[in-house]
This record gives sequence, C-alpha cells and structure tokens, in this order.
Amino acid sequence: MSKPRRASHTTAQIFAAPLAIGVITALGLTTALLGDGLWDWISWIALALPVAVAVVYWQIGVKRAEPR
Amino acid sequence: MTGTRALRIWSKVHTWTSLISMLFMLMLCLTGLPLIFHEEIEELTQQQFAAPNLPGNVPAAPVDDVVRAAQQARPGDHVLFVTWRDEQPDTVVVSMSPTPKPMRGKFYRLVMDGRTKAVLGEERPQQGVMDIILLLHKNMLLELPGELFLGAMGLLLVVSIVSGVVVYAPFMRRLDFGTVRQRSRRLKWLDLHNLFGIVTTVWLFVVGITGAINTLAMPMYDYWRGQVLPPLLAPYRGAPVAQPSSLDQAVARVRAAMPEGRLSSITMPTAENFGSPRHLVVWMKGNSALTALIATPTLVDVDQTVPVLVPQMPWYLTLLQMSRPLHFGDYGGLPLKIVWGLLDLVCIVVLITGLYLWVAKQRFGGHARSRTATQPAEVQSTDARPA
Repeated sequence: MSKPRRASHTTAQIFAAPLAIGVITALGLTTALLGDGLWDWISWIALALPVAVAVVYWQIGVKRAEPR
Repeated sequence: MTGTRALRIWSKVHTWTSLISMLFMLMLCLTGLPLIFHEEIEELTQQQFAAPNLPGNVPAAPVDDVVRAAQQARPGDHVLFVTWRDEQPDTVVVSMSPTPKPMRGKFYRLVMDGRTKAVLGEERPQQGVMDIILLLHKNMLLELPGELFLGAMGLLLVVSIVSGVVVYAPFMRRLDFGTVRQRSRRLKWLDLHNLFGIVTTVWLFVVGITGAINTLAMPMYDYWRGQVLPPLLAPYRGAPVAQPSSLDQAVARVRAAMPEGRLSSITMPTAENFGSPRHLVVWMKGNSALTALIATPTLVDVDQTVPVLVPQMPWYLTLLQMSRPLHFGDYGGLPLKIVWGLLDLVCIVVLITGLYLWVAKQRFGGHARSRTATQPAEVQSTDARPA
C-alpha cells in the first residue's frame, strides 16, 4: 500500500457496515423464534452473513498479499 | 467518545475486561461448540431411545398406565417427573429416583413407549462425556458458586464488547471496512481481530448476556418458589405426601383451563421444594413458535374436586425462559446450529488474536505502531490498542 494517506472516515462511515451487519444479525436471531419454515430460512441466511463477511474479507486480504 | 483521554480509558477497559474474562470465555467457546450439537451427538452415541414404528395408528395409552408400568420396572423407586418431548412424540419419559429427594447422579429417566408401555431404555444423567462438558460449561464443576462466577465473567464480556466497539472507530479512521493488512503479523492479527470482532458483535452480545441470565436460573427459581408458591401452598405445607391421583384426569382439567397449550411435564406430589405435597404440577407450553418457549405451571389438587391453581409467572422467569434458546441456538433446526457453531469459531479467533495482540504489545512495546503509515491520527498513544 504505497498510496498517499487516505482521508479520514467519519464515525458514520466507519460504523455503516457493522451497523448493517448488526441489524441483520438481530433480525436473524429473532425470526427463527417467530415461526418455522420461511422464518428459519431467513434466520439461517441472516446469521450466516457475518461469518461470510469475515471469511471473504480475510481471504481478500490474503489474496492481496500473494502477488508480492 | 473521541477524546484521546476518553479513548485511552475505553481502551484500558477493553484490555482488562477482555484479559480477565479471556480464559473463561475461551473455555466457554470450546465447550459450547460440542454442546450446540448435543442432540445430534447423543443420537450417535446411543443415549437416545426411540419408539419403534408400529403398523397402523396405535393410540397413546393412558399416562397413568405408562407410569404404572415404569414403577413395575423399578419397584420401590420414586417417580419424580413425567415429561413429554417434542422431538419424540411417541415416548413418555419418567424420571425416577431411589430417594424421594433426587441425589446427584443417582436419578435416572426411563424412556417409555407411550403406546405399548414398554420400557425403551434408561438415561442416566451426569455419566457421559457430554454431561461433563455441560457441567464444565455451566459451572466448571463448582455448582452454584461456579455458575455465578461464570455469570460475572459474562458481564465482563459484555463490557469488553461495548468498549471494543468504541475503540474500533479510531482504528478504522483511515481503513476501509474489512481491510486486512498483511505487512506484518501484528497488523494482520490486529485487523483480523477488528474484523472478526465487529461482525460478531451482536451475536456474541446476545449469547453472552443470555448466558449470564441463565446463570441466575437457580436463584430465580428458588426465589419464585420461596416468594410465589408458599402463599399458594401455605395450607398444605408439612402435609404428608399424597398419593398421586390420576394424571390423565389432571391433564384433562388443565386442558379445559388452557385449551391452547401443549403438555410439557408433570411434577408428582413431593415434600421437596420443587413441587407440592398435595398437588400435581402440570407444566404446559404454548403452541406457537414463540410461546412454546415458555412453560406455565398449573397446580392440580390430588383431590380432583378443588379448582386448579394457576400461579402467575413472574417477568424474570419469562425472561429466563426466553433467554435459553437465544443462548443455545437450538430453535431453528440443524442449519441454525451449524451457523451458531461457525459464529462460535469466529469468536474463538477473536479471543486468540486479542490475546496475541496483548502479548505482542508487552513484548515489543508500541514501536511497531509508529512504523505504520496508516496510523490513526487520533491514537498516538500505544495504549489504545485493543487487546
């Protein structure tokens, strides 16, 4: 990363993605309580999202490092 | 919350609450992992006894007959509870004990075929590896003090999550969400810690706080038994334990009072404080996905002419019952359990990277930070690194 210094993010920018993930997580935790079938599916997908985000960004980081 | 001084305090809070609760949290995450799948594991390791498939539609036998058959199988032993399981609709589970007061490791559950009254098998509590893992997870084999201690650790975890979110901001001032720098091991682990931590925040918060609530289960039930039940049971206190009357009749009476409910379990008359000497306690749960989580007791006098007593369930027991599924992750089938397990693994990474960052900071001081071009302007102090 030999780019010049980046502009500073605002607090809102920093927390936009975490907040969205948090809201979706909370949704996923709730829906499976409410019913079965479709409700469960929403829950599985919503709660898998944080795991997917973690793994994808981690792997992007690893990929970037490889060309060196 | 962005002042350097405030930030340094938050950072210290994050470091120390994390460090203190760290080993216990790691233990809880590791023991929790197999516990998420305890049903599946028990199925594999024989502990479950399933009713055979019978040709045709064999109706359920009267519960009284099933209990009698259980007593014949273990003559002289006391019947404590009769339980129905959602996942095994054809069975009736009869908990029995050689002593009127159940002793640890001494009581057992007879799994009965609810139609043929045949004994399908005997479940012994606290024998297998899974039971020991459960006890470790629940109280580190230290009973109530261990349980309350883990509850306190759960509260520290909550503080560490909140402070972790606060100190997340300064690190990300000049980084895009999800950046994992590979320049040094320190930076890589710092970024992984931040990324994995921030995406699991809400889940871990909910699992942590519901876990802490669960540690209060015993005191909550004791309080309820001590405060709510005595006025109801005052006339019967010290009375000799009555012969249990017909369970089927009691169930029918409760059904008439609560037609919506599903039968969950019955506590037999007892001198012990989990029941009443003169009543059958019939536990019913609701029919919807949400109300099925909440069991309501109804007291049925063994003299079946007296109206049933329905004690009001206090808010703290409702809260406790609601917090159970949210801690166990057992309310959305196997896929939910798998996702729960994955989230648990992500949290283990957060714990280990956090410890690594703290150890590395002790070893190398703060110098590594000043070499980074992307150092957040607000955090000149090396103290503000989450550990």
